[in-house]
Amino acid sequence: MSCWQTIQDYGLRSLGIGERLLPRSDITLCEQFTLIGSGMIWNVYFGVLALSAGFFFAVALALGKASARVWVRKPCEWFIFVLRGSPLFIQFFLAYETLTLLPRAGLELPLGFFTLTIETSWVTRAWAGALLVLFLNTSAYSAEIFHGALKSIPKGETEAADAYGMAGWTKFRRITFPTMLRLGWPGYTNEAIFLFHATALVFFSSFPAWRQQGDALYYASYFADRTFNPFIPYPIFAGYFILLTLIVILIFGHINRRLNRHLAPTARSKLTFKPQMVR
Amino acid sequence: MFSFCSDPSTLDQLPWMACYLTTGKHMAFYTSFGTVLLLLAITAPVALLFGFGGAVASRSHIAPLRWFGKGYTSMVRGIPDIAFFLFVPIALDQGLELLRHKLRCPDWDMPVRQGNDFVVCDLAKLPLSNAPQWVHEGYGFTTAILAFAIVFGAFAANVIQGAMTAVPRAQMETAEAYGMSRRQSFWRILVPQMWVYALPGLSNLWQILVKATPLLFLLGVEDIVYWARELGGSKTSAFTYPHPDWRLYYFLFLLVFYLALTQVSEMAFARLTRKLSRGQATAAGEALRKASA
Repeated sequence: MSCWQTIQDYGLRSLGIGERLLPRSDITLCEQFTLIGSGMIWNVYFGVLALSAGFFFAVALALGKASARVWVRKPCEWFIFVLRGSPLFIQFFLAYETLTLLPRAGLELPLGFFTLTIETSWVTRAWAGALLVLFLNTSAYSAEIFHGALKSIPKGETEAADAYGMAGWTKFRRITFPTMLRLGWPGYTNEAIFLFHATALVFFSSFPAWRQQGDALYYASYFADRTFNPFIPYPIFAGYFILLTLIVILIFGHINRRLNRHLAPTARSKLTFKPQMVR
Repeated sequence: MFSFCSDPSTLDQLPWMACYLTTGKHMAFYTSFGTVLLLLAITAPVALLFGFGGAVASRSHIAPLRWFGKGYTSMVRGIPDIAFFLFVPIALDQGLELLRHKLRCPDWDMPVRQGNDFVVCDLAKLPLSNAPQWVHEGYGFTTAILAFAIVFGAFAANVIQGAMTAVPRAQMETAEAYGMSRRQSFWRILVPQMWVYALPGLSNLWQILVKATPLLFLLGVEDIVYWARELGGSKTSAFTYPHPDWRLYYFLFLLVFYLALTQVSEMAFARLTRKLSRGQATAAGEALRKASA
């Protein structure tokens, strides 16, 4: 079987397209590359969706934590505390157990004339359940970063905004938000990198890989178990992830340059590695 | 455990919970919290040592050593830590078995890798197949510790490297002016001063380490996650329990345990930072001086 044939068979295997059976014996290098690469689709899916949805929730949480009203601040503080203080692994388990407690047949909502049935079986599947956990988790970590950035906005900038007569939404949109984003961006880049790393945890926690449709690490460990040789699949997995990390740094670096473009070159903040945000 | 536990009439009453929570399996569950704390207690200093070694290696003048150090410190940036937790124990196991195989069975003529199998002679097996149970468990635990130490050593190396460059340049120049050699100025000036700069990063790292301990479960160690799954489920690999699925409550308990652990260590590190900042020429030290004056 040629390598091109293998790519056609297994290239989209993680989505359930192509050959149904995974390779069992005489596993070739090409098969390992293809299947692990196919699993990367899930890593990218979880990472991109959780980050892009989590960003907005994180900004809201950060503003909530900085709020002067106690009934806004306390829930935000507790949410951030619980999700940052506990392991992601336990959060996955907890979410899965909670979601499986929902009635399997679906929730029935009697609405007078007819009964609305809400399907609930899909939430225990990884694509929805694990995404929810990752979304909440990254929101909490990013909110802490943005809250820190919010607190370190130079006083002069907000005073200048006041002097110009800006208030409320205008002031937030033109001054507070861009400055917060600029100050928090290096930290947020790290958070993004480690969120992508955390996606590798999904199929090793409680969420089962449905029909062997798993992420890159799922296939890598499948091959390691099959061939009893960890020295090939894990380095392949590592190579894919280094590539993914480089792409993330490239994209976030571009945004960072854009956020800093009005500053003198010496005053610009650089992206640096700080392993603060691992779960 | 209690005298009323043998009386079936208490079965539907609240005191029965006390009996349930003190069964032998539950005692094993409580002991496994000790396993987690033991892992933390051993891994933290070993990882610190690895980290120090990595940081020193990446500053070395010898090129291969420097490349190794740089590679080690930067590997955690691109690769998820969980991959190392899966890779290191099995790679280590195979490496050691191969070494013992070469030493103990020199006249073995078959290849070690036969297709999808890894075959070594019986004498080279680790641990030996006739070894008692605790040796097997201890061996698994040791490889797990090594995996943790390697990964967190790489994180620590990043932190320590940053701390070494954060020590004011003037301090090192003064050391040179006093005629200290490179080695002397490193051990007498740089190392004692870098800790206060490393502390924020190291306290962060400790929190990360605490939150990584549930991954022990993936390495086959019977830790708290393992027991929570075993005891909470109504049906497990070995038993069928009469109670419904209680895993949610067990995991809620674990959540509270971890929240308490991270919170306590945060408070402890805050105290330590205060202590180390005393008399330092940093903003925190200055604040302490003003407060006491």
